[in-house]
Amino acid sequence: MRGYLADCDIQAPASLAEALAVLAREPGVWTPMAGGTDLMVVYNAGRLQATRFLDLSRLADLRGIREDTTSLSFGALTTYTDLRDCRAVHQHFPNLVKSARVTGALAIQNRGTLGGNIANASPAADTPPSLLAYGAELELISPRGLRRVAYDRFHQGYKRLDLAADELVARIIVPKPTGRGFHYFRKVGTRQAQAIAKVCLAAYARIQEGVVAELRIGLGSVAPAPVRARNAEALIIGKPLAALPVEAAREALLDEISPIDDIRATAHYRKVVTGNLLGQMLRELANG
Amino acid sequence: MIGASSIRKEGRAKVMGTACYTDDKFVPDALHGVTVRSQVPRGILKGIQFGEGIPWGEFTIVTAADIPGTNRVASVVHDQPFLVGIGEEITHPEQPVVLLAHPDRRLAEKARKAVTLEVEERPAILDIQASLDLEQVIYGTHNLLKEIRIQKGDPEAVWASAAHVIEGEYHTGAQEQMYLETNAMVAVVEQEAAGLRVTVWGSLQCPYYVHGALKQLFGLPEGQVRVVAMEMGGAFGGKEDYPSVNAGHAALLAWKSGRPVKVVYDREEDLACTTKRHPSRTRLKTAFDAEGHLLALDVDFVLDGGAYATMSPVVLSRGALHSASVYRCPNVKVHARAVATNTPPPGAFRGFGAPQSLFAMERHMDVCARKMGLDAVELRRKNFLRMGDTMATGQVIREDLDLGGLMDRALEEIDYHRKRTTFAAANDSQNPIKRGVGLAVFMHGCGFTGGGESYLASVAGVEGLADGTVSILAASTEMGQGKNTVFAQIVAEALKLPFDMVETAEVDTDRVPNSGPTVASRSTMMVGRILEDAAISFKQALVQQGFLKEPYTADGFREAVAKAVATLGSVKCYGQYHRPPNIAWNDATYQGDAYPTYSWACYAAEVAVDLDTYEVKVEDFVAVQEVGRVVNPTLAAGQIEGGVAQGIGWGLWEEVTMKQGRMINNQMTNYIIPTSADLPQIRVVFLENPHPAGPGGAKGLGELPMDGPAPALINALENALGPLRLDEVPMTPDRLLGRYEEVTHG
Repeated sequence: MRGYLADCDIQAPASLAEALAVLAREPGVWTPMAGGTDLMVVYNAGRLQATRFLDLSRLADLRGIREDTTSLSFGALTTYTDLRDCRAVHQHFPNLVKSARVTGALAIQNRGTLGGNIANASPAADTPPSLLAYGAELELISPRGLRRVAYDRFHQGYKRLDLAADELVARIIVPKPTGRGFHYFRKVGTRQAQAIAKVCLAAYARIQEGVVAELRIGLGSVAPAPVRARNAEALIIGKPLAALPVEAAREALLDEISPIDDIRATAHYRKVVTGNLLGQMLRELANG
Repeated sequence: MIGASSIRKEGRAKVMGTACYTDDKFVPDALHGVTVRSQVPRGILKGIQFGEGIPWGEFTIVTAADIPGTNRVASVVHDQPFLVGIGEEITHPEQPVVLLAHPDRRLAEKARKAVTLEVEERPAILDIQASLDLEQVIYGTHNLLKEIRIQKGDPEAVWASAAHVIEGEYHTGAQEQMYLETNAMVAVVEQEAAGLRVTVWGSLQCPYYVHGALKQLFGLPEGQVRVVAMEMGGAFGGKEDYPSVNAGHAALLAWKSGRPVKVVYDREEDLACTTKRHPSRTRLKTAFDAEGHLLALDVDFVLDGGAYATMSPVVLSRGALHSASVYRCPNVKVHARAVATNTPPPGAFRGFGAPQSLFAMERHMDVCARKMGLDAVELRRKNFLRMGDTMATGQVIREDLDLGGLMDRALEEIDYHRKRTTFAAANDSQNPIKRGVGLAVFMHGCGFTGGGESYLASVAGVEGLADGTVSILAASTEMGQGKNTVFAQIVAEALKLPFDMVETAEVDTDRVPNSGPTVASRSTMMVGRILEDAAISFKQALVQQGFLKEPYTADGFREAVAKAVATLGSVKCYGQYHRPPNIAWNDATYQGDAYPTYSWACYAAEVAVDLDTYEVKVEDFVAVQEVGRVVNPTLAAGQIEGGVAQGIGWGLWEEVTMKQGRMINNQMTNYIIPTSADLPQIRVVFLENPHPAGPGGAKGLGELPMDGPAPALINALENALGPLRLDEVPMTPDRLLGRYEEVTHG
């Protein structure tokens, strides 16, 4: 282990109010830690800058999956295993189940959280593309109160978030799809399991009388943050399934991503494969 | 007993979690050692600074200036220093410079980062081509760590008249062994009346290599150094030569501090600093007659040997000797070179040079078949070695070798011909998934190369214990391959005893003789044979001295041994390697019997490529091999399956990404070994043909399965996609996309 524990400090507040008070008292000093599955990897490698941690694991308010008639609301501490185990998630959000299933190993899925996955803001995280495709919203909490933001406006750049220093992600609210839906999720990782994404594409579409009435596409690992492919979506929405402008959508999509060369793949590979996944998704959509 | 799937001797302890690995060893008052490394590929070390904020007074600090004996790691060539001294040359970016030890492991790690080195940097050589071009002279006069030439007939006389002359160039990348247990060592140095006594316990394959290295480092006689091999979590060659380095480091810290010292690498350090498979470049030129008979072969084989020789001379030798693969060829010229670069030195890894040259030749055979309009299977069949043929070194095939039959078995198992037809039809569709099948036929020489076994003159023995059971005395180590079990089977068979009456003694140089290193697919065949001889002598001695009468029962034997031990105090019998009479090798001319015998194999792979993502999935894999008599079918099949998995990993995913001579993907997250989800069922078939030189007819098999998977699956990939430039492994999705675009984008 390359991190030096004696240099670190950790607080584990018993209530949400206490946690928020710590953040408000010393804004930016305390790094919130949910499951810790990202932080601990970086700490182990000796590359974690942060040394003050706010352990959220005792905050019961941030747990639990609540269902009402129109949406599911996930506490930020909902684990990947919770997602996999929840019948309503399987029923309404199959992409989210797939995302959870391909995140790390089982031990990571038991510990890692949806809120942590969002706030850690890795462009390669596996749940954000699905959340983007389902039009999720976030509930943020601070001593000043609750605030709701659309998840697709939350990421503002590489690890830059619409999240104040005294705010925590409290819940993730995802509206239940209605009508005839189409769900697509594909992660292209460095291998078939226990892999980090090189490209990830999730999509949700609603079909009405043979026409694409609604479509959202979420992408991972092809931009500084998880992104929506709005231009590609716009070209497809309103089109009949029999005449989807696949090539135009592919070109639009490639204009709105900005992949980089890194240790896992080249930017060129990411572009080609993102385009191909879009093509595959649209073929499946057209074939019903 | 031989031929039974006896249960692993150490299996229970491993399953129960009670097996004691090096880091599990409880050492009271131990310090934890860490290593400060150079970080630049080449330069002169000018100074060492110890930064602020660290209680340096609590630390034991060792630099080159402290070394009591010779600052050179004993190896094939004594060229590598344990530590670089001030004023000396840094030749790769992970070179050890300062050793630190402290009771607090984490503070030791923090202190490591607080040491800075002043280095006058020099331009570095980072790849094979730059080294061959002598952009900088970094080693000797021509950057050559070793050069080998093999000549048979005269290829030059053939090129002009041959019907077909086909050339090709092939590349293979470095590969990490990825043993689960990282390199680890514990050292104690005591001041005795006779002088210093150095003891190390570690994760190591070759106790007597480490023994020799410590003797030289401290300038001590034989009896003052003791090496104990702990339970080992895998090695694959990665603990063949490297433990001489970290054992020396741990011992230096123990000597200077007067306390036990533990040095355990974390995964990042282990990946970045320890030995890997040598990257290679092979240029082949082949001549065939109009029917496809191989007339001439020219091999230009180059390995990237890194900054020091380590095992490169012998890795190069094995690679050169396997470069003609399994084909009869009257005219062969091999020019093999290991070149120096300013990168951490590669070393031993399962296959030891053979996977590199065999990849080139087995890929080239498919390329040649395509270019000549012949079937790759039939081209091979036409050229297979048979009894009476000579190999490149003049070695005569003396066994009734039937490679055609071996290949047919593999083709039948994978349903090769039917799949070729159905895949060809299906691949014409719009479906982005394309399928193919391919194969490779190859061999692996058993035991040390050339005169190696004669030079080693290995000794192993059996000892009777007071309770009447038998203990095996050998320095061969258990790294998961099943040595404990297989040796016990061989000795139990020779003595006609139940398996449970035979155990292996702890591998401790104070107790066991030098049976040679645990490498080169030699333990079962070579050491096993010595043990078989020793066991028979042991029994004869008991009979001759009146303790035992034949025929005997297990209980009768037990009583005889107990009585002999009670009477004589100690009952041991040793055997030693004897060169078989018909084997001869000339190291100066590279002529003769390169290996006493070979194991032979044909591997066939079925792959599916997704042209949306360029991911390759191996969907079926058949491994057919002739390895003499199989001593333990379960362990043998496990060896083959594991080797095939490692071979598939090397062929498709495992890439050591280097930047300025350093590995930058040195984490398991980014160095991609296959998981079970990435692998097909591996179907293993043994064709048994007992060989007289091995115990009960056994030959070596540990490395063989590393040689065939990469060419078999890349040949399958060509079958799926057509003639792309598939000349390199790993064929990662990125690389495959590039190759595909060369064709589709012109």
